[in-house]
Amino acid sequence: MRRHLDHAATAPLRPVAEAAWAAAASLVGNPSSTHASGRRARARLEDAREQLADAVGAHPTEVVFTSGGTEADNLAVLGGAAAGAALGRPRVAASTVEHPAVAQAVASLGADRAHWLAVDADGVVTPRALATLDASVAVVSVVAVNNETGTLQPLDAVLAAGRRAGALVHSDAVQALGHVPLVFAASGLDAMSLSAHKIGGPVGVGALVVRRGVRLAPVTFGGGQEARLRSGTVPVALAAGFAAAAAEAVAEQQGEAERLGRLRADLVGGLTALDGVVVNGGDRVSPAICHATVTGCRADDLLLLLDAEGFDCSTGSACAAGVHQPSDVLLAMGRSEADAAASLRFSFGPSTTADDVTALLAALGDLVPRARAAAG
Amino acid sequence: MSGGVDSSVAAARLVGDGHEVTGVHLALNRNPQTYRSGARGCCSLEDSNDALRVADTLGIPFHVWDLSERFAADVVADFVAEYAAGRTPNPCLRCNERIKFAAVLDRGLALGFDAVATGHYARLETTGGETRLYRAADAAKDQSYVLGVLTQAQLARSLFPLYGSVKADVRAEAAALGLRVAAKPDSHDICFIADGDTAGFLRRELGERPGQIVDTAGAVVGGHDGHHQFTVGQRKGLRLGTPAPDGRPRYVLGISPVTNTVTVGPHDALAVAHIEAIRPTWAVAEPRLGAWRGLVQVRAHGEPMAATIEADADRVRITLDEPAFGIAPGQAAVTYDGDLVVGAATIAAAA
Repeated sequence: MRRHLDHAATAPLRPVAEAAWAAAASLVGNPSSTHASGRRARARLEDAREQLADAVGAHPTEVVFTSGGTEADNLAVLGGAAAGAALGRPRVAASTVEHPAVAQAVASLGADRAHWLAVDADGVVTPRALATLDASVAVVSVVAVNNETGTLQPLDAVLAAGRRAGALVHSDAVQALGHVPLVFAASGLDAMSLSAHKIGGPVGVGALVVRRGVRLAPVTFGGGQEARLRSGTVPVALAAGFAAAAAEAVAEQQGEAERLGRLRADLVGGLTALDGVVVNGGDRVSPAICHATVTGCRADDLLLLLDAEGFDCSTGSACAAGVHQPSDVLLAMGRSEADAAASLRFSFGPSTTADDVTALLAALGDLVPRARAAAG
Repeated sequence: MSGGVDSSVAAARLVGDGHEVTGVHLALNRNPQTYRSGARGCCSLEDSNDALRVADTLGIPFHVWDLSERFAADVVADFVAEYAAGRTPNPCLRCNERIKFAAVLDRGLALGFDAVATGHYARLETTGGETRLYRAADAAKDQSYVLGVLTQAQLARSLFPLYGSVKADVRAEAAALGLRVAAKPDSHDICFIADGDTAGFLRRELGERPGQIVDTAGAVVGGHDGHHQFTVGQRKGLRLGTPAPDGRPRYVLGISPVTNTVTVGPHDALAVAHIEAIRPTWAVAEPRLGAWRGLVQVRAHGEPMAATIEADADRVRITLDEPAFGIAPGQAAVTYDGDLVVGAATIAAAA
């Protein structure tokens, strides 16, 4: 039996999402066509848009479907940068603990246009860093819930600082959806990125929610199907599956947050009882992510052993040619290379049980000494 | 699992025999190439992907282990230092000694595995608590030489499933298993010198150091831009300005790193009957001290040569029955008793 403790990588498909996808997948018709079949596909797409908008507290016209979280992040960063450059704001600000979809998009603009916001030891962007925002900045992008550590960012403070600088404020909310309360209208954000498959929707679809009146420039070009901002035929069935998953995940959010929060507390308690294990990211964290540093281990060795014992988990950080790289997020938090290469992420979802946590802790008690011996 | 056909079939055979097998690909290069170029190099992303797909087909777990730092320190740096010291190292042997059957083996054992298996062609036989290493059935592919540095502790934890096969059969077996690597070319040359240009690699690592080429009488007959560009026995690329008095070809006879001098002379002068080798290691359980009759091999694909071998704890003296040519300090002398690998030592001097 596999125990899937890697929901932050991808979550099992929810039956409601599969059903919605399957029902829409057989529809004939391009939603941009004006004939009856096209109109029927368009209707199904707009149903999905409205369902997703309702789930995240946005207006349907604010939902721009994309191919996933990465495209949504790229569109916010690069589309915001291009629009800002035309207005004399050449720079883009982002925290030093962003997902690569934001970090690499910012970096692609060149060092002169990147404005990095430092974080503290828990990975939280600092007030001092936020005070550096100025009128040269077009977009500020700060992740809502860190994908490695689960740490929540103070989005209100980011928003206030962004407003003072006159910049657009974007947040990658991929790991927030379904795990922490997320109401776009109340957040005050100008844009937020979402992904379907992290919450049990289909892989291959996401959305950038863009506040009405906010102008971004397109970064890919074509028919402009989505709000003249994003081109390409919209995948109706994927959007339907996404919306169904989001509706269910958001409806269950409060109860799941309490349940997973208790499991996380149990896991944290068990992990910190092990010698030389620390849990990262501070106290304001997602109930669905637990990130720990096991000193004296290689994360790769622990993953190999856990994999052999039936546990799916990961480092949560980038993997190059099959080799995990030291976590940039941990390095940004001021941790050593050794710590950054000795950290694992366990992430929860609807299928996670107390038994999973108990089994994981029992396994780690045996495997950590082995992994330490292997690291020499 | 390099992504080549040999390690792929070795893994497949172990799976077939009912072992619990985990595939490991070694990332030995910090900045791997995306694609492999023909038979050269290794550890490209394409190789890693080939190994991964074999593991997928076999239904076994697969992991990439980044040993690039150990490899750079223990194999590549040693290779360069040996050339700088005027010797001719064998990096494959060194890799087996320090990486595959040391770093990888130790890590695997600590993680709870029982052995390291590779696609090497060599035979192991365990009797009475001793694990003996023999030549492979396929004489053309026999790789016992590059495993000759292994000790009992290493051999006892090693598996070579291809020991009894010939290469053509291994390829056929890979094809029958549906492995796409069945027709992949064999790797040759030194894996970390992807373009095959060893002299160019050493020039980049060690720079140019102009020096003299002299004949056996000490007369200057040419110049060079670094003694590390030469190997004892080398004939090509000497670019000598002064022809030999008898007009016959000349070969590198010796390299003196201190004076940066390369000595050349006729082929006859390369003849060697006595070899002094140091730092002996023993593949057999009991070191063969004293004098014994056996075979000596000094190159990966060299001929075994009949010899009298006399070893003590620190050195091995080898007297060849027939003179041999082009034996260079730094090469490993692997001793055999018939097909049994007895031990290895590093050649320090030959005369």
